[in-house]
Amino acid sequence: MNTAAPLVVELVVSALLVLGGVFALVGSWGLVRLPSLMERLHGPTKATTLGLGAILVASVVWFQLAQGEWTTHELLVSVFLFVTAPISANMIAKVHLHRLRHDERSESVSPAGPAPSPPGGAEWATHQAPHEGTPGDFIGD
Amino acid sequence: MIAYALAFGFAALGIALALNLWRLFKGPGVTDRILALDTMVINVIGLIVLTGIASGSGTAFEAALLLAMVGFVGTVSYAKFLLRGDIIE
Repeated sequence: MNTAAPLVVELVVSALLVLGGVFALVGSWGLVRLPSLMERLHGPTKATTLGLGAILVASVVWFQLAQGEWTTHELLVSVFLFVTAPISANMIAKVHLHRLRHDERSESVSPAGPAPSPPGGAEWATHQAPHEGTPGDFIGD
Repeated sequence: MIAYALAFGFAALGIALALNLWRLFKGPGVTDRILALDTMVINVIGLIVLTGIASGSGTAFEAALLLAMVGFVGTVSYAKFLLRGDIIE
């Protein structure tokens, strides 16, 4: 480790590392403590965006200002995570709704009650054949 | 100062991984387990980046990028399998 870094750089990188560690810890703590899956989804998404974002920015700053190397791998990782985290959270929520609809007893119902239905009498699109009330005109062909 | 911050980060991510492991074993639903695995991948990416800062080498980030991609594909394929009974239709 290079110990000749300026004090300001050390301060900034240390603050970002501590921030990232705290957010990762809080996200996983929420994963343990919150009552049902729909609530539990909140915790790790914050850990992904803020926690890992802070750690990756700390890495960029450290390698740029203390070591003199310009690397963009970290930014690639954070951009990739920012793009993919909502998609995987959406997929997990879809599986949860799908299994709730089919009365899987192991799935936990939120204290706020089940998810409200979308307008038009349809169900949330998880895995369902097109039926009356499905938006779009692909019924009957 | 960096050394202390790195130690704090390692400790925080380690405790976070232990909490995720608890959720992975406890469940109760299979979706909770997918979410716990996804979060474990995120925390391990953080650990790899911290290792890269600690060792001062840039080679750790290829591993982090690879793990980010493989973790995303794994989560989505698991969810897709549970939704459709198949991964690639």
